[in-house]
Amino acid sequence: MSHGPSASGGSVAQPIPGHHHDEPYVPVFAPGSAPRAKLDDILTRYPTKQAGLLPALWIVQDERGWVSEHAMKEVGDVLGLTAAYVKGVVTFYTMYHQHPVGKYFIQVCTTSCCNCMGAEDVVKAFLEKTGCGELGLTSADGKYTVIEVECLGACGFATPIMVNDDFIDSVSVEKVPEILKKYA
Amino acid sequence: MSDQKLVNLTIEGRPVSVPEGTTILEAAKTAGVLIPHYCYHPGLKIAGVCRMCLVEVEKWPKLAPSCATTVADGQVVNVYSQKALDARKGVLELLLINHPLDCPICDQAGECELQDYTFQEGRADSRYREPKRFNPAEDFGGDVLYVTNRCILCTRCVRYMGDVAGDRALCVEERGDRAHIGIAPDHDLSHPWAANVIDLCPVGALVSKDFLNKARAWELDRTASVCPNCSQGCNVTLEMRDTTLVRMKPRSNSEVNHFYLCDEGRLNYEWVNRADRLETPMVAGKPASWENALAAAGAALKGATAHVVASASLSNEALWLLKQTAGTGKFRVAKGAEAPLPGVPDLALRADRAPNATGAELLGFSRADQPLAGAGAVVVIAGDDCAGLDTGALASAKAVIVLGSVVPAGAPAGAILLPIANFAEEEGTFTNLRGRVQRYLQARPAPGLARASWMALAGLAAAAGKGGVYDSAEAVFGAMAKAEAAFSGLSYDSLGLKGQMAAGARVNA
Amino acid sequence: MGYPHKQHPRETPILSKYFGDPEARTLAGWKARGGYKALPQALATDPVAIQNVVKESGLRGRGGAGFPCGLKWSFMKIGDGKPHYLCCNADESEPGTFKDREIMRWTPHALIEGCAIASHAIGAETCYIYIRGEFTQPIAVMEAALEEARAAGIIGPNACGSGKTINIWVHRGAGAYICGEETALMNSIEGRRGNPRIKPPFPAVAGVFGMPTTVNNVETLTAVPHILNNGAEWYKAMSLNNPKSTGSKLFSVCGNVARPGNYEVPMGFPFKEFLYDLCGGPLPGRKFKAIIPGGSSVPVITIEEAEQVKMDYEGFMEFGTMLGSGGVIIFDDAQSMPKQLARLARFYAHESCAQCTQCREGTAWMTKILERIVAGQGTFEDLDTIFELTENMTGKTICVLSDSCGAPVTSGITRFRGEFEALITGKRSSTVAVG
Repeated sequence: MSHGPSASGGSVAQPIPGHHHDEPYVPVFAPGSAPRAKLDDILTRYPTKQAGLLPALWIVQDERGWVSEHAMKEVGDVLGLTAAYVKGVVTFYTMYHQHPVGKYFIQVCTTSCCNCMGAEDVVKAFLEKTGCGELGLTSADGKYTVIEVECLGACGFATPIMVNDDFIDSVSVEKVPEILKKYA
Repeated sequence: MSDQKLVNLTIEGRPVSVPEGTTILEAAKTAGVLIPHYCYHPGLKIAGVCRMCLVEVEKWPKLAPSCATTVADGQVVNVYSQKALDARKGVLELLLINHPLDCPICDQAGECELQDYTFQEGRADSRYREPKRFNPAEDFGGDVLYVTNRCILCTRCVRYMGDVAGDRALCVEERGDRAHIGIAPDHDLSHPWAANVIDLCPVGALVSKDFLNKARAWELDRTASVCPNCSQGCNVTLEMRDTTLVRMKPRSNSEVNHFYLCDEGRLNYEWVNRADRLETPMVAGKPASWENALAAAGAALKGATAHVVASASLSNEALWLLKQTAGTGKFRVAKGAEAPLPGVPDLALRADRAPNATGAELLGFSRADQPLAGAGAVVVIAGDDCAGLDTGALASAKAVIVLGSVVPAGAPAGAILLPIANFAEEEGTFTNLRGRVQRYLQARPAPGLARASWMALAGLAAAAGKGGVYDSAEAVFGAMAKAEAAFSGLSYDSLGLKGQMAAGARVNA
Repeated sequence: MGYPHKQHPRETPILSKYFGDPEARTLAGWKARGGYKALPQALATDPVAIQNVVKESGLRGRGGAGFPCGLKWSFMKIGDGKPHYLCCNADESEPGTFKDREIMRWTPHALIEGCAIASHAIGAETCYIYIRGEFTQPIAVMEAALEEARAAGIIGPNACGSGKTINIWVHRGAGAYICGEETALMNSIEGRRGNPRIKPPFPAVAGVFGMPTTVNNVETLTAVPHILNNGAEWYKAMSLNNPKSTGSKLFSVCGNVARPGNYEVPMGFPFKEFLYDLCGGPLPGRKFKAIIPGGSSVPVITIEEAEQVKMDYEGFMEFGTMLGSGGVIIFDDAQSMPKQLARLARFYAHESCAQCTQCREGTAWMTKILERIVAGQGTFEDLDTIFELTENMTGKTICVLSDSCGAPVTSGITRFRGEFEALITGKRSSTVAVG
């Protein structure tokens, strides 16, 4: 389902070329697999299986880079939940990617505390230097996706960004090229 | 429940006494005050999210959501204080900022709680100057169409599917103003009880594909009835546009179906409207007056042994008169898969796909796969469609009398045909599988010369010299209650519109 | 990476003493710095006695609400036969706040010790530390420290040899501000959408997994071992203004300021000295204009007001704002208040969980109006609408996210109305380019 104009301007990443939804789905949590063992271990910490949902989705994203509808169904099957339930949860939390993203997923904090320190220019610099052009789009080479993100909780270190799981603080426009050199 | 502690409070100046644990919203109903609400529904878990039911409780710093606030002794609740009215006006304004003004093409118009409460308490204008949110409509499967733009996110549908239907097929997707009701691929609303989400939806977001653009709510005439599609006996409302049945909706009855109706029951109604009806009595292939037809049938029955094929779709009244006229007999019942609604005890689409097998049994009729066994007698067929009956037995019968609402396919040419009404065209009672006797009322006239089944059978009984004189279904029921132990003590008055247990069933239970 | 500035001599470094010291992250390093002294003693002490010490100390919740910590613990009925849970709120998502992040990434064992003591004090065998998903480094540091603590038998099935079970697990969030609300946090742990729950029932009666639960902020829990080590009187003595506000408090400072970072001062410290002395005043050539002192959800005050504030729960309230989480956001004279407040409103619209009508629709509407004003398309009626909308959005919803959207906006319009009117009349553009 597409979404109309919204105040918060949530950006949705587009599928990258060459990624086909109709390829046969390979389960993440096959019996005996390492992800399955990891999830089983996590489940011992909670009194319900459902509580394993956020951790399970993290494992999926670590393994696959995003959480597809097939994966939602699989996670649901493993935890005794419906795919719709899982989808409701996945779409609530902004960090689960519902579409494939670039090899380097760059999130730039632009909430007020960073905004007043020039975060918008940092965003512009990333969009320009990565070739993404627009928020949420993946660069033609499949390498980068840039989005604005709400407060990353490092406000005194404006502007903090995340490149995949790496947290980098005090990013200025000048530092953008050297950061991209590291993630080439 | 009698030992439950009562709580005394004041709602809108009226003293109210309700059991401990009652919510303010429910307590207000007992004082005749309907506090506006959307997410609250008595059949669902409390969500407390629409914030429409805010009321002022004296000495409380904040307004209280009346659906989620339980009563306390001495509470003074003001539903229509300026503060409460302002808060609800605010909620209505916010619900409408992104709601399309498409009432003229919305099936919910006229029975829409957003319309009603806006008319009652809302602003006359909107201060919203921004573009409205737009999302396309989505087919949710089953009978359900989701018109996203009209959704107010009350989540009744999500809670119903998860907690009552036991099938979490729906979710709230996304968050903030992007939120909408979501569904997963390959798992649509094909649950046998899913279409209840249409009734639960307080606005026009979940609409029936079957009813889509068929009628406006205010053109419909509504009649209390009982679903004839299985032996559960769900209470329903027949909604007629002129004389056409266009929709069957559940009517709440906490003893039977709570607020619900299964999809099969709900959607199997078109046959009521069929045009190829038996409209005139027939004798030996020729139209006859009722007088002549009844006289012929009465003559055939006098002194003869009758073989009776009854139907579990006939009313208790008709079955009892049939028994008076020709004795008891056999009936057959169509079977189907049972489909329970897990969240409600003892509620299911039942295997017996007919409304009155229990009534027939209480009156002495018995089930048979082939109800016409043995031959040579006078055969009386009442309510059975004759399809698949033993044609040899029919052919060798001394006489065949058929009471039916359509021309029976397998009846021999010489049969006496008496046209009767279907359940929407007459008054009567059915006894559900637990022995609950429930009334259904007449929603439309019977076609042509067709008569209510009780009236046709009363006439037949009289013609055969077996019956008294009855001027109404109620009178027949009264006589039956006197004669039949199973129905003793019951009357139309005592049944009301929600029914009562048959004495026989009470003993058996 | 790193701690951005040296400790200021006027700070009272208790929780922040070892910020910037990587060796404090290890178990050995932490023990050498006096760690894990309070826990073994606490485990041998009656839970209610611990509750009483904390009550006596005056420690109040550092997450924003300021609820007395010992009192909250006393709501947990010890020995009721039900499993109890402690949830450590490390979701730190309030714009302007980044103190818990520093506690976790520099002194993880301090938090573990606080969690273990609190678990014992409320009769819980399981504690979940709910860390926001974006905090990858704090998560890694905490996980490593927990592993060390488990291996050393400090926590686990026989914590410190006490025979008591105290399991502590990290639960990673996945991007949702609202999960910092305690009931939303519990839903998130249970594998649900992070929707706040209606209260009652309160967490101490039916919390996570329907069981009695206490939710405490990272900073609150980290203060507990210090209170047990030094006594309630010592903690209570750290109070420069109102005796109801005790102890030291970490203030996160960000925005247009010379030295942003975390500063730890006793409750009641003068805000003026804090801003100009500790934080170094404004950036060169600029002047402070407006301050949101307690994380973005509290009302904005002018610098003139701020200069009179004593930094404690009551001191901020005197000026119509709140201590909140202690996240001090500073805007200088180069900033457009309409633009910054529009951006803040957008944050709340993005983070609304979508349950309550006022919040779901109101935060988005508020944002659209403000963005239209910033774009020069506003009217005076829009300002009135914002105030009425805020009234509709305040005190009427399950949680306070919707209130939090209105508070900074309306206080900002009240105090900086001229900037809004200038945009509306088009007489001058806002002080900076608006894009």
